[in-house]
Amino acid sequence: MCALCGMLGGKVHWSDSASAPAAFAGRTEQQTRAGERQARVRILNGVVKYYGITVKDWSGTAYLLTGATGRTAIVNTLGEFWSAAERLSGRTFDPLDESYLASLGNRY
Amino acid sequence: MTDYGALTPVNILTGFLGSGKTTLLQRLLRSPQLSDAAVLVNEFGEVGLDHHLLQGVTESTLLLENGCLCCAVRGDLQQALRDLLSRRMRGEVPDFRRVVIETSGLADPAPIAYTLLSEPVLRHHFRLSGIVTTVDAVNAARLRDFPEAIQQVSMADRLVITKLDLADPSALAALRSQLRTLNLSAEIVESTDIGADPHRLLTDDIYDGAGRFREAAHWTTQEAERHGAHAHATGIQSFVVLFDRPLDWTAFGVWASMLLHRHGTNVLRLKGLLNVAGVPTPVLINGVQHIVHPPSHLPEWPDADRRSRLIFIVRDLQRARIERSLAAFNRLVDPPPSPARLREGEDSARLPRSPGDHRGIPLSGE
Repeated sequence: MCALCGMLGGKVHWSDSASAPAAFAGRTEQQTRAGERQARVRILNGVVKYYGITVKDWSGTAYLLTGATGRTAIVNTLGEFWSAAERLSGRTFDPLDESYLASLGNRY
Repeated sequence: MTDYGALTPVNILTGFLGSGKTTLLQRLLRSPQLSDAAVLVNEFGEVGLDHHLLQGVTESTLLLENGCLCCAVRGDLQQALRDLLSRRMRGEVPDFRRVVIETSGLADPAPIAYTLLSEPVLRHHFRLSGIVTTVDAVNAARLRDFPEAIQQVSMADRLVITKLDLADPSALAALRSQLRTLNLSAEIVESTDIGADPHRLLTDDIYDGAGRFREAAHWTTQEAERHGAHAHATGIQSFVVLFDRPLDWTAFGVWASMLLHRHGTNVLRLKGLLNVAGVPTPVLINGVQHIVHPPSHLPEWPDADRRSRLIFIVRDLQRARIERSLAAFNRLVDPPPSPARLREGEDSARLPRSPGDHRGIPLSGE
């Protein structure tokens, strides 16, 4: 437990609905933190497949990344995710890159 | 976790040398609603306010006539803020409820915003309220020569045009147009129009109880929606992306986080009034380059328009690509298409679709 903020693990990323309970209080479907994490992991897998990375939830508190060579990394938040994934893949990620966007569009 | 909105709000007051920052600050500090503010300046000489020394505090802290605290920063802003915090905790200074940081002329507001959100101690006590930039109506042409001044304009939440009595109407119109190209989300105020509630220049922000509606209204104007066709000579462009269908929050967070990791330096501001799938009230987001603050919300929709609006103020990034990118990420949470849709083919430029009715269905394996 972090003495300053009382959170396990410290920082909560802004994209985690727990960072803003009031904003998401009226959610019509009660999505649990676990459900939200699962959704995020699914989306991340779709997003980084192009770069040879797979993502798993790790103990409900972190993300386990595996690169194409089998090397792994563990990060706590989405904010730390991208640097770790880039290190594992050896590439720079750019969501505006045309080839990358084309790969996302070829899901079906 | 402390509610982000309950943290002590901090305004950054910036603007080119001679653009009227200090005059504006003096005027604001005369407002009774700001009598509990602490002001951080580089040197007391710049402030020129009537003051007397506060006993028991160092020579770098003064108490102003109206009750405001004034501190000289002397180079280390983080240290000045930490000192202020510990003195407040020890009861050595009045319990200030807002901090206004007056920057030097060509300062970049971004590192200050970064400090407030990232410094291990400060981030639990302070939040960024708004960036106010003064612009001199007479010397607006000089903006061109100083990329730092252009950046201050692009990053602002408020643009205060000063020296109006010396400006001619056509120059003023040209300046307003230039300001709108650089920043279509900021409220533009002529200093002569500040009026009865000057404190609102500082206090209205998306975390303020009453002010959040007024602030969000600046993001949703018709003017804002029409603008954005052209980039400024510096490569800065501001535009609004509108969505008809609710956004998947988790996909949006992944997208924005990835975008800012790669392009954060060039995403000067990111603001959104969002219709989030499964959430009945608007979610407000606010970003300054790499930093996105914890979201806020409005307790109800301001009007019948339920579209999400995402405002970008970017440098050297293409609007069309940003739109395509966000659409592609939103499609990752779409259900697999029906056979009929597959035959028709996908339109890659189509705006995001609603993910609403497919929750719980995993993405198709690949």
